[in-house]
Amino acid sequence: MAESKIAVQCRGVTKSFVTGTAKVQALRGVDLKVQMGELLLLVGPSGCGKTTLISVMAGILDHDEGECLIFEENLRAMPQNEKTRYRGRHIGFVFQAYNLLPTLTALENVCVPLLLLGTSRKEALQRSQELLAQVGLEDKIHALPSQLSGGQQQRVAIARAMVHGPRLIVCDEPTSALDGQTGQKVMEVLRKTALAPDRALIIVTHDSRIFNFADRIARMDDGRIVEIESQIAHT
Amino acid sequence: MYRIALKMLIGDRGKYLGIIMGLTFASLLITQQSSIFTGLMTRTYGFITDTAQPDIWVMDPKVQFVDDVKPLQDMELFRIRSIEGVEWAVPLYKGLLKAKLEDGTYQICNVYGLDDTTLIGGPPQMVQGSLSDLRRLDAIIVNDVGARTRLAKPPREPGGKPIPLKVGDTLEINDRRAVVVGICRTSRTFQSQPVIYTTYSRAMTFAPRERKLLSFVLVKAKSGESVKALADRIQRRTGLAAYTAQEFKDLTYNFFMKNTGIPINFGIAVGLGFVIGTAIAGQTFYNFTLENLRYFGTLKAMGATNGILLRMILLQALLVGSIGYGLGVGGASLFGYLLRGTELSFRLTRELLFFSGIAIGLIIVISALISIRKVIRLEPAIVFKG
Repeated sequence: MAESKIAVQCRGVTKSFVTGTAKVQALRGVDLKVQMGELLLLVGPSGCGKTTLISVMAGILDHDEGECLIFEENLRAMPQNEKTRYRGRHIGFVFQAYNLLPTLTALENVCVPLLLLGTSRKEALQRSQELLAQVGLEDKIHALPSQLSGGQQQRVAIARAMVHGPRLIVCDEPTSALDGQTGQKVMEVLRKTALAPDRALIIVTHDSRIFNFADRIARMDDGRIVEIESQIAHT
Repeated sequence: MYRIALKMLIGDRGKYLGIIMGLTFASLLITQQSSIFTGLMTRTYGFITDTAQPDIWVMDPKVQFVDDVKPLQDMELFRIRSIEGVEWAVPLYKGLLKAKLEDGTYQICNVYGLDDTTLIGGPPQMVQGSLSDLRRLDAIIVNDVGARTRLAKPPREPGGKPIPLKVGDTLEINDRRAVVVGICRTSRTFQSQPVIYTTYSRAMTFAPRERKLLSFVLVKAKSGESVKALADRIQRRTGLAAYTAQEFKDLTYNFFMKNTGIPINFGIAVGLGFVIGTAIAGQTFYNFTLENLRYFGTLKAMGATNGILLRMILLQALLVGSIGYGLGVGGASLFGYLLRGTELSFRLTRELLFFSGIAIGLIIVISALISIRKVIRLEPAIVFKG
């Protein structure tokens, strides 16, 4: 890790949901730090609170108690629109189901974060093309998502998450819909192109085959971080 | 982002066409039914429109519409002529009389008797002959539609086409001989009977004997005289009703609006078009939004504010609304064009285009609002759920 600046810092974060008459405690006081230049895997059994925690850390869900600072900013205290714009500038997303807009080409999909930031269409297209080349899809820029394989779609999603130069990229099960070999390739692309000294990556996963890509692995259970493994030997 | 919004919409061909079809149907039905209604209502005062020369129509105060004739005494004409500000005043007879055709059948006709000297109140357009031919013996002028249809002579052989009445043919009206000296074209009126023009004095011989036969007095105001002021003066001096042409049209129009089921019937059709259009377009647009909720959530997570998403949805609604409106209005216009010259009354005015546009605008606003509500309330965290 080149720097030890803190990207995300959670202290005593709790979050509960009300389902019908039942109250489900998803996070029970999470303490976690994510450093810049670090790839952190968040693992644990289904329902342990991984997705809730990553949603809080990405600023798309407000926690109940505790503190969660993203680059020293308390997103919960921000007005809704400001928080949305902050996410647009500083956070990139990679989803399990890719969430590429089906009627847009790969190139147009990658453009979206830049267009949301007000970049001109011409510049957005140029930068997106460069990013697609970085993830090895220069020959697929005009393909629709339906014309791409799962691995290719995930690489488009990675390019989209990186195109606007975010300082934090959050990935939700990026390899779970892919076969082992493709999953490995996607992780190589993520590790090689997305990780940088001024950027942190948080990946929620069940997939033990990709553990070797992590700098640290945070294990969750029942809404708490139960263990953090450091210095994983990665490829 | 607007380009993306349009690509999201157009890319889903099925829904896109479904929404446009719903809006087209609504626009077509609203425009077409409103145009027929307007055409029909315009017909109610077609005769007033055709009789363009007079400024003022004088009649019995109890008259409620143009076909509701309550005869006056002939001396009223002279009283009106004596009122200051009157340039001229002429009599007009209007009545339904039975004409006996060549084959012995009878046909009720709308007979107009024009002032013998000036022939004021004549038809707006002559197809054959001239208006002055009415001065010939037993002369009448019939309208072209009447001559072709109800007054036509029977076919020469069974199953053949009726032979249109032509100049030189004769009819009998109330046992009096009438010779066709001209064919004219008139506006369609609410009554479907053939129209016959003749002179006032000849109309008196055609009409059954009654003490009073004068239907209207047509008045022209002197140059510089206020028409409204003159109408008020005539009313005060004679105790009769005196209306400007526009007032008389309004009186007739309002009578039919209030006393017939026409507005309700057409109102229901227009309302149905609106409701069905809203249901189809609204439902399809809502489904489109629901199916794209994951992508709206993704955009929200990636930094699209509610304002951006709102504008994207409004643009999508505006696009389908404009296309649907255009196609519907175009379809209604084509319908009117193809059926021109038939019995169908169809009048598509600028006001109706505006009205139809407002209705479609409302439909898309309602449709968009339902969708916008869903998107605004959307939690971006939805993107991490499956």
